[in-house]
Amino acid sequence: MIDRDSRDTGRVAESVSPVALRLRNLRKAYKDVVAVDAIDLEVRAGECFGLLGPNGAGKTTTMEICEGLTAADSGDVALLGMHWNSDAAELRQRLGIQLQETQLAEKLTVLETVALFRSFFRHGPETSEVIAQVQLGEKRNSRVGGLSGGQKQRLALACALVGDPDFLFLDEPTTGLDPQARRQLWDLIEQFKAAGRTILLTTHYMDEAERLCDRVAIMDHGRIIALGTPRELIASIGVEHVVEFSAGHAAQQPDVSAMRQMEGVRDVRTENGNILLHVTQLHQAVPSLLRELNRQGVPLTELRTHSATLEDVFVTLTGRHLRDE
Amino acid sequence: MSDLTAFNTVPTAVGAKPSPRGAAVAGHPLVQLTLVRFREFLREPEAMFWVFVFPILLAAGLGVAFRNRPPDVLKIAAVTPEMTRSLHQEKLLDVQELSPAAAEDALRTGKVALLVQPGPNGTAEYRYDDTNPEGRAARLLADRAVQQAAGRVDPVASTDSLMREPGSRYIDFLIPGLLGMNLMGSAIWGLGFAIVDARRKKLMKRLIATPMPRHYYLLSFVLSRLLLLVIEVGALLGFGALVFQVPLRGSLLVLATLCILGSLAFSALGLLIASRVQTIEAASGLMNLVMLPMWIVSGVFFSAQRFPDVIQPVIKALPLTAAIDALRANMLQGAGFAQIGSELGILAAWLVVSFTLALSLFRWR
Repeated sequence: MIDRDSRDTGRVAESVSPVALRLRNLRKAYKDVVAVDAIDLEVRAGECFGLLGPNGAGKTTTMEICEGLTAADSGDVALLGMHWNSDAAELRQRLGIQLQETQLAEKLTVLETVALFRSFFRHGPETSEVIAQVQLGEKRNSRVGGLSGGQKQRLALACALVGDPDFLFLDEPTTGLDPQARRQLWDLIEQFKAAGRTILLTTHYMDEAERLCDRVAIMDHGRIIALGTPRELIASIGVEHVVEFSAGHAAQQPDVSAMRQMEGVRDVRTENGNILLHVTQLHQAVPSLLRELNRQGVPLTELRTHSATLEDVFVTLTGRHLRDE
Repeated sequence: MSDLTAFNTVPTAVGAKPSPRGAAVAGHPLVQLTLVRFREFLREPEAMFWVFVFPILLAAGLGVAFRNRPPDVLKIAAVTPEMTRSLHQEKLLDVQELSPAAAEDALRTGKVALLVQPGPNGTAEYRYDDTNPEGRAARLLADRAVQQAAGRVDPVASTDSLMREPGSRYIDFLIPGLLGMNLMGSAIWGLGFAIVDARRKKLMKRLIATPMPRHYYLLSFVLSRLLLLVIEVGALLGFGALVFQVPLRGSLLVLATLCILGSLAFSALGLLIASRVQTIEAASGLMNLVMLPMWIVSGVFFSAQRFPDVIQPVIKALPLTAAIDALRANMLQGAGFAQIGSELGILAAWLVVSFTLALSLFRWR
């Protein structure tokens, strides 16, 4: 076993972060569904890496294989330079894990829960320190059952941090939370990033991935269909903005083919009666669109624009929305 | 590969501190896990009621309902003052002096069991229903009183030695039965529900994602069970001894060993029941399926001997029968290890078989 002290004394300066997690040709099938289909992935130390995809894309299965909770059918997982079949005990000491559906014991207090988890780890901060870190100081003696969703999620985070982990796994940390609680959690995760921890998180919120992740892998049907920084991925679809408009219930629907020819428009698609234009130059496309609609005599009932997001990347790649499933 | 091995040189995250050595005991995972079990139990009022209060209420209720009454006093009627006076000498008779008409009426309506009236030539006449046992008993007692008052001397002198000792009453039979039932219920419910609940809430999966040694988790149930056992057994036996003077004739060491072995055997059975079940409903059904037959046939409330001889070997092999038989033998007859060897053997066999099966079937998620 490698203990922390000998690691520290053997430290050398590195210009490029080493690989903290490497997946090679990972496969996992359940009965008739292939959950993870030949995934290769590298997460570098100190990086916050996001697995983004709709429900059922294989994010959680991939994560649980990395966490040593599920055995892969084939392929290789190297985590912190170790392997689950030979170094499980040591790996467990160095990982911080937050699972998607865990309900912590309702009858225990925050402090008792954190103390329980702390007792499993050789090294780590004091329980009160961890509780303060996730801003539950005032709730330390409250029962878990009485906490709000956001507070429960922060407690789950505290339980993941008690061993001072080198690698943090967060499985949909903000799913089901209200916007304010989500932002609070994002702030916390950003603090861990600043402290140099390596994080692998799954999410089906594109805004979450864009804000938190240094790099993102977009998963669909057990495969990684795109990989890169959020900026790279958005740039890869060659679109900077999306213009969405609706002609209401006008008898005459606009002629879409003419819009395809307009300057700066890359793609036109219709969705739920709305028309979406993927454009590169917003300031040119919008006036052209208005002129074109005017020419066709189609009334405009709604007009919205937004910068392209990872959601648009997913839609472009799969033709579906992240939240459809 | 070089960058993978180089990972061990990554700086440690800020805030890491080795834990102080003094906190080692309180911070031991087994201590923490056992504390959790205790806290969850103590904060569940229903569990407290069923484990501590219910057996005592049951014992009190049944103890009062089936208490041994003082011998019944028989009501009879006499029609003359002399006869009334001589009949008063018999303590087991309650004599009323009535007019002949009123006495006749009282006999007919069953208010008295016997009517004593003078017959011709100084004889005594007893009127009663000879199909009524009370009437026959009253006839014997009344006749003895009348004859002795008239000067009869019994040729053989006799004395009565009364047997109303603790140890042979219903409550003495009941308390060991309730104790056995309590050992079974608290172990099976306590373990079964807690384990299935933790599995259902994915708490168990979360725990095995930590470095927690898995056997500590199971061991914490055993430890908390044994500690609670002291309170459970103490409360019920203390109640029986103080309120009903239920005896504890055997050695307390044997009794303690028996309670611990019984509790462990039932805990193992609870673990087996809970080893794969995913829902509380399924667990509940399975537990009742296992426990209900034993409540009936294992002799909690009445002797297991009442069931046909053919099924006696099966009944004897049940863990609750073994536990209750051994508890009764120890508490009421003072049996030691040698006399309850076969019961201890049956409990040990249930422990080993259930535990082995449970471990191979157990699912952590």
